[in-house]
Amino acid sequence: MAEPLALKDHHLESQIYIERVAAGALVVGLLFLALLARIGYLQIYEYRDAVSQSEENRIQVVARPPVRGLILDAKGLLLADNRPSRDLRLIPEQINDVPDTLQKLQAVLEMSLEEVERFRSLAERQYRRFEALPVLFDLSDAQVAQFEANRYQFPGLFVSGKLVRNYPQGELVAHAVGSVRRINDQDAKLINATDYAGTDHIGKLGVERFYEGTLLGQVGYDQIEVNARGRQMQTLESVKPVNGRDLQLYLDVGLQAAADRALGDRRGAIVAIEPKSGGILALLSRPAYDPNLFVQGISHKAYNALRTSVDAPLFNRAIQGQYQPGSTLKPFIGLVALGEGFANIKDKIEDPGWYQLPGNERLYRDWNWTKTDAGGHGQVNLQKAIYRSCNVYFYDLAVRLGIDRLSEGLSRFGFGAVTALDLPEASVGLLPSRDWKQQVKRLPWYPGDTVNLGIGHGDVLVTPLQMATAVATLANRGKFVRPRMVQSSALEQAPSPTQALGEPLSQALFEPIIEAMEMVVHRGNQGFGENGTAWAYIGRDIEYRMAGKSGTAQVVEIEQGEVYDASLISERQRKHAWFVAFAPVVAPEIAIAVLIENGGGGSEQAAPIARELLDYYLLESKPLATAMTAAGLMP
Amino acid sequence: MSRDFIRQLPGTSEGYSGRTPVFNWFNVDPLLFCILAVIVSFGLLILYSAADASTSVIQAQCVRLAAGFGLMLLVAQVPPYVLLRLAPVLYLIGLLLLALTYPFGTEVNGSRRWLRIPGLINFQPSEAMKVFLPMVMAWYLSDRHLPPGTKPLTVGMALMLVPFGLILMQPDLGTALLFAASGLLVLLLAGLSWRFLMGLGAILVAAAPVMWFLIREYQRQRILTLFDPERDPLGAGWNIIQSKIAIGSGGLGGKGLLNGTQSHLDFLPETQTDFIVAVLAEELGFIGVASLLMLYGLFIFRGLLISVQAQDTFGRLLAGSITFTFAVYVFVNIGMVSGILPVVGVPLPLVSFGGSSLLTLFAGFGMLMSIHSHRRINI
Repeated sequence: MAEPLALKDHHLESQIYIERVAAGALVVGLLFLALLARIGYLQIYEYRDAVSQSEENRIQVVARPPVRGLILDAKGLLLADNRPSRDLRLIPEQINDVPDTLQKLQAVLEMSLEEVERFRSLAERQYRRFEALPVLFDLSDAQVAQFEANRYQFPGLFVSGKLVRNYPQGELVAHAVGSVRRINDQDAKLINATDYAGTDHIGKLGVERFYEGTLLGQVGYDQIEVNARGRQMQTLESVKPVNGRDLQLYLDVGLQAAADRALGDRRGAIVAIEPKSGGILALLSRPAYDPNLFVQGISHKAYNALRTSVDAPLFNRAIQGQYQPGSTLKPFIGLVALGEGFANIKDKIEDPGWYQLPGNERLYRDWNWTKTDAGGHGQVNLQKAIYRSCNVYFYDLAVRLGIDRLSEGLSRFGFGAVTALDLPEASVGLLPSRDWKQQVKRLPWYPGDTVNLGIGHGDVLVTPLQMATAVATLANRGKFVRPRMVQSSALEQAPSPTQALGEPLSQALFEPIIEAMEMVVHRGNQGFGENGTAWAYIGRDIEYRMAGKSGTAQVVEIEQGEVYDASLISERQRKHAWFVAFAPVVAPEIAIAVLIENGGGGSEQAAPIARELLDYYLLESKPLATAMTAAGLMP
Repeated sequence: MSRDFIRQLPGTSEGYSGRTPVFNWFNVDPLLFCILAVIVSFGLLILYSAADASTSVIQAQCVRLAAGFGLMLLVAQVPPYVLLRLAPVLYLIGLLLLALTYPFGTEVNGSRRWLRIPGLINFQPSEAMKVFLPMVMAWYLSDRHLPPGTKPLTVGMALMLVPFGLILMQPDLGTALLFAASGLLVLLLAGLSWRFLMGLGAILVAAAPVMWFLIREYQRQRILTLFDPERDPLGAGWNIIQSKIAIGSGGLGGKGLLNGTQSHLDFLPETQTDFIVAVLAEELGFIGVASLLMLYGLFIFRGLLISVQAQDTFGRLLAGSITFTFAVYVFVNIGMVSGILPVVGVPLPLVSFGGSSLLTLFAGFGMLMSIHSHRRINI
């Protein structure tokens, strides 16, 4: 069938066309409205977000870290300063091929496994755009030269210089000053990230830790306009950093060095305090470590070696080491007894060489007791009990006083409490009491415990710092001064130097005790059993008046009826040697506590060290004063 | 048209329009011309900023614009019936050139879009085909009974699908799709039934999962990025994230010309070409974008009016498809930059820096003017 001839219907075509154009125009209109709505949504509704994002894009805030404050000794000698150091840093976005870059880098610089691992994890990190992250620390000149010569191979890597902490005195003041460490992930959670922008280190120990806020200073910054490739276009705003403040310590490096020399290779601690101010003149703990090792991050291996060493070099014996005070506690017990009216100078007791509690068979021996019962000090009064260090007198005195008075009285000298102003790691020690024993040991207080406490044995524990503080209180005739590292004049927020611990004892009570301590050192040529315990070792040729007291703290219990024989037991189980002293007796300038771990007898081992330090401090370190005195210019 | 009855006023060969003689001499529609001039000037201003105040870029663009205006005026002189006769010839030439890109095309970014006769000319046959396709389809449909039946529809589709296939294989999916859209537009304007269109839509939707595996990896990335730019903020998502930040931070009034930080610190990509509207949005704000859209709207409205006033099927279909295609390009570009369409390489008409697309546009506008000025008298 033939297709019918279709005539073009122009009118219909035109009508259809107009309909279609109208529909099309409507669609175009709607699409354009959609565009307007979209643009309007972005520009009006999301305006604020977009503005902040665009600002974030273009403005990079570059921190200008402050220079950490210096730490100086009493005479202005540098204990901690800052030295220039160069790090290798990387910008993750600019490294295209991490394994390849790493391979090339290892060909140029030697890298440990830890460093390789750090490089990998940092290179793959998406942190803030174009932030430079440190990978290798403290490059040597040779390393810098080698890297720079091959610089073209390492887009995204560069060497940057900065100041890092330096301890010129090294080991000598490690435990006194503390140290800074690289900020780790745990620290990062605790600190305000803004304050530490551009700063890689934080004070982790000692003075560095306690005065972190003062030493750190205030961070400044540059607001820099950057383009999309991280190139700096211009500086928009700049705020200068405020450098950290310098701290001057009471510490005398000369004295500290003398202490170090005197102690030699022995393990132990020495703390010296200026009684008037509480300022710590020396704070030594041996063995020590080089704090510089920690500044740039110590390797795991080296750290583990330090940490697990039997000599515990990281352990700050001076403020954290807790030892039985032994006989060094006796002058304080004597003072408590005088204060409470339980003793007077004249009263004497008969010391047969042992003490027995009524109704108890156990013998508490004196130090000069022998198996043949030939020992004992005979007729003993309080002063003799101190200069001869008679145990039986103090057994008896302690039992008569009772634990409650004893415990309360001893606390006035700072025992059993952290009194140090700015030594955050100081240990509390242990001053036993009835309550303490009930709560901790779940046992009642036995009279035997009081007997042991009478000679500084049993549960009581003190740190060398506490001992020195207590001696300083003696030197001050009862006025308690909190020990401190930093000279308060350097600090605005200096807290009050004096802290009264209970009712101070009457000043008159101190003189007989101090006199007895003087006899410990100076009473000589009186015949067998009548000289001061330290006289033979230090008292023969002394140029000034010194008050001291020796002590010996047992490390292991000695069985009933056995005699302590140093040659029979291993070195680590030998007794600790103590000696505490202050001088001059009138207007004291220095109080000192010396502890030698497993050192043996206090008078024999520790007293000469104390003498050496006092000699240095009173005679050598003041050459001007001495010279003037010698020339008759000073009385 | 040859079979149509042509009415002319005695003594005029070009037809009567009753307008200012100057424009009349050059067969130029003054309204269209004025809107065009405003858009182009506005565009130059934006480009000036996008090119960091580089005069060399502006000079180059001015040369191209001048060439564009020249081409437009030239084409405007060609009466529609000549265009009608030329249509099939041009189409065949275009097809041939398109086919020639296979053996002789220059490969750029893994796709052979360019034909290069060294020292002489360097152009994209697909660009030329964008004008030739609506011409040939309008030519074919002009003496068919409309709305088109099955056979004209099939032939019309075939006319479109052959070059579409060639462009698709270059490969250049974006251009191919927009190309197909301009062909479909002709069919739609000719009266293609809505049912057919919906059927086509349904087929496309059904084919979408298959398509997903046929398209290339970077194209899949672009589509995924549209829905979630944050999935790869420094890679595929970078452009669109930065573009949205640039637009948003412009706010109502913008940061001021040459003051856009996103644009001038290189956070925004392709500022002179595909993403130029983001520069406008950042520096002149919502007001700037709305003004540009309004100008485009006016232009489109004028174009559609011309097409409605055209008196034969060829002129109507050609004018209508040129105008709507223009509208589609505007929508696709701004839609892409503002993050409602996937990233396709479509420049913003009349504003983006670039040559061959500009010439295609102006050739189309020339035809619009020719169609309008060679009208017969309205009775």
